[in-house]
Amino acid sequence: MENRNLTEVLVGLFVTAGFIALFFLAMNVSNLRESSVPDGYTLLARFANIGGLKTRSPITISGVKVGRVSTISLDQDSYNALVTLKINPGVCIPDETIASILTSGLLGEQYIGLEPGGMDECLENQDEIELTQSAIILEKLISKFLFNKADSNAK
Amino acid sequence: MPKPTSKSSNIIVSVTDLSFSRGHRQIFNGVNIDIRRGKITAIMGPSGTGKTTLLKLIGGQLHPQAGKVSVDGSIVNQLNRSQLFTLRKRMGMLFQSGALLTDLSVYENVAFPMREHTKLPESMIHSLVLMKLDAVGLRGAHKLMPSQLSGGMARRVALARAIALDPQIMMYDEPFAGQDPLSMGVLLKLIHVLNNALNLTSIVVTHDIHEAFTIADHVYLISEGKVIEHGSPKQIQTSESKWVQQFVNGNYDGPVPFHYPAADYQQELFGIVASKSIQS
Amino acid sequence: MINLIQALGDSTLSRLSTLGRACLLLINLLTAIGSVLYRFRLLVAQLYSVGVLTFLIVVVSGFFIGMVLGLQGYTTLSDFGAESALGQMVGTSLVRELGPVMAALLFAGRAGSALTAEIGLMKATEQLSGMEMMAVDPIKRIIAPRFWAGFISMPVLALLLSAAGILGGYLVGVEMLGVDNGIFWSRMQSTIDFKADLMNGVIKSIVFGFVVTWIAVFEGYDAIPTSEGVGRATTRTVVYSAFAILGMDFVLTALMFGDL
Repeated sequence: MENRNLTEVLVGLFVTAGFIALFFLAMNVSNLRESSVPDGYTLLARFANIGGLKTRSPITISGVKVGRVSTISLDQDSYNALVTLKINPGVCIPDETIASILTSGLLGEQYIGLEPGGMDECLENQDEIELTQSAIILEKLISKFLFNKADSNAK
Repeated sequence: MPKPTSKSSNIIVSVTDLSFSRGHRQIFNGVNIDIRRGKITAIMGPSGTGKTTLLKLIGGQLHPQAGKVSVDGSIVNQLNRSQLFTLRKRMGMLFQSGALLTDLSVYENVAFPMREHTKLPESMIHSLVLMKLDAVGLRGAHKLMPSQLSGGMARRVALARAIALDPQIMMYDEPFAGQDPLSMGVLLKLIHVLNNALNLTSIVVTHDIHEAFTIADHVYLISEGKVIEHGSPKQIQTSESKWVQQFVNGNYDGPVPFHYPAADYQQELFGIVASKSIQS
Repeated sequence: MINLIQALGDSTLSRLSTLGRACLLLINLLTAIGSVLYRFRLLVAQLYSVGVLTFLIVVVSGFFIGMVLGLQGYTTLSDFGAESALGQMVGTSLVRELGPVMAALLFAGRAGSALTAEIGLMKATEQLSGMEMMAVDPIKRIIAPRFWAGFISMPVLALLLSAAGILGGYLVGVEMLGVDNGIFWSRMQSTIDFKADLMNGVIKSIVFGFVVTWIAVFEGYDAIPTSEGVGRATTRTVVYSAFAILGMDFVLTALMFGDL
C-alpha cells in the first residue's frame, strides 16, 4: 500500500514539474506575457520596400515599444507592401506621423520606428500612416558607394 | 436415432475433423477428440506434435482451417470476442511456464481473475484467495513475488489462479515437464483431487507416460497430425500398434525412426571425398 | 530473376501485413481509452515507470545540452559581436527543435525499449496468453495503459528538457561568460512566440510520443516470443523510433515554420 502511495506521489510531482516547466517557458521564455495584453488598434502603412521586416517585428517610438507588426501583404494596385501595425491601446499616434523601417545594429533585426507628427488629433483604427520611409537595402547602399568611388576615380 | 441429449451432456468438449496448419506446416489433419464430462483425459504424443496448439484451439486462441471445436454446446471457432470471453470464464488453463504476472504478488495473482470479473468485496476476495491457495498448499506463500517461487510452486500458484473462478473445464499444458519427483507427485495429486472435489473436467497434455496413465481415465495418442490411438490407459498399454508400443515403452528405434531423414550415410561420408579425388 | 521478384513480393507482403497488424493494434488502443480512464490506477502505475523514471535522464541531458549550446553559441556569436542574441539562440533551438526531438530520442532509448522488452517478455512467458485464457483482454489491461502513459509523458518530458536546457544555457551564458542577464531573457522573450514556437514544440512532442509509444508497444506485442526475438524487437524499437522522430521532425518543421 505504501509503495502505491509513493508511486502516486511521484507521478503527481512529475506532472506538476511538467506544469511548472510549461509556466516557466510561457512566462519567462516566450512572449505570452506581452501578447496577453489586450489587443490595441490597427493602423495601415504602405512601404516601397520592407527589406527584412517580419510579422511580429516591434514598432517603437523613440526606442520605446508601442506595438507589433501583425500582417504583411502586397498591395496589388500600387505594388507596395501593405503592413498592418498593431498598436497598444492608449498610445496616441498623431496625424502626419512618419513610419520608417530601421535596423537595430548592423546585422540586427528590422523594426518600424515612428516619428510622431505635430498634429493634435490621434489616428484611429484602420487609419493609414501616409508618410513612410522604406528599408535601406545594404546592397544598394554599397553599390551606390562603389559607383560613386569609380566615378570619382575616373575623374 | 441416437440420443443427442445424452451425448451432448456426456461429452463436454468435442473436436471434429480438425485441421490446422502454421505456415506451410500441417499440424493437425482431421483430428477427432471427445472429452467426457467429469473425467481426466490425457492427450499425449511426441514433442512438437502440437499438443499445446490443441489446447489453444479449444480455448479459442487459435482458429482452425477446417473442422470445428465445440465446448459445452457452443462452437468455439464461430464465437465472437465477447462470447468467447464469456466461455473462457468457465475454463481454466495451466500454462507450462505458469504464466504468473511477474509484477504482482502471489496473493494478487490469485485475486486477479476475481478482481477482473467480479465485484466482490475485498474481505470476500481475501478469504477466497486464501482458500484457493490453501487448496494447493501455498497459503503461507501469499506474500511472495513470483520470482521467489520454485518452478513447482509457481505452477501450483498458477493452478490456484486457474481455479479461482471455479471453472468447469481445466486444461493443463505439460504440467509435469521439468519437475522434480516431489513436486510431480504433488501436482499429480492436485490434479486428481481437484478434478473430483470441484467436479471438473480435466484435459492434461503431456508426454510423461507414467504420470498420465496414473491419473487419466481416457488417453489420446496424437502423432503427425492424427489421432493414432485412444482408449483407457489399459487399452493403450495392450495396444497391438507398433507405434504405440514404441511410444509407451520408450524404445529408441521403431516406426518412429531414430534418424532424421537423411541421404545415404556412406554416400555422404565418402561422396565428397570421392568426387574431390576424381577432380584432383 | 523470378526468385528475386518473388522475394521482393514476399517481403513487401510481409511488411504490409505487419503494418496492418500495427494499425489494428492502434485502433484497439485508441478505443481502449475508456477502460484506461476507468482503471486510473493502472495508468498511474505506468506513468510512473514510463514518465517518472525517464525524468532524471531527460532533465540532466537537457541541462547539459543547454550548457553546450550556451558555450558554442557564445563562441560563434561573439565573433560577430552578437552575444546579446545568445538567449534567443538557446531558447529557439531548444523550444522548437531540441526539446521535443532530444526528449523523444531519450524516451525511445529509456522508456520505449523497456516497454518493448517488458511486453515481449510477458508474451514469451505466456502471461499475455494466460490473460486471454482468463478472459481478460491483454490489450486493455496491459498494452493500452502503457501506450497512453507514454502519450501523456512525452510532452511533459519535452517541456522539462527545454526548461532545463534554457537554465543550462543561462548558467553558462550569463553566470559564467557574462552575457547581460536582462538582455539574455528579453531577447529570448521577444523572439519566442507562445503559440508559434512553444505550442508547436508541444504539438511536435505529442506527435513523437504517440508514434514512439506506438512503435514500442507494437514491437513488444508482435515480438517473436523467444529471448532472441525480444532482443531484436527492442533494437527495432530504438532504431525505428529514431528514424520516425527525425523524419517526422523534418516534416513537422517544414509544415510549422518553413515556407516549403
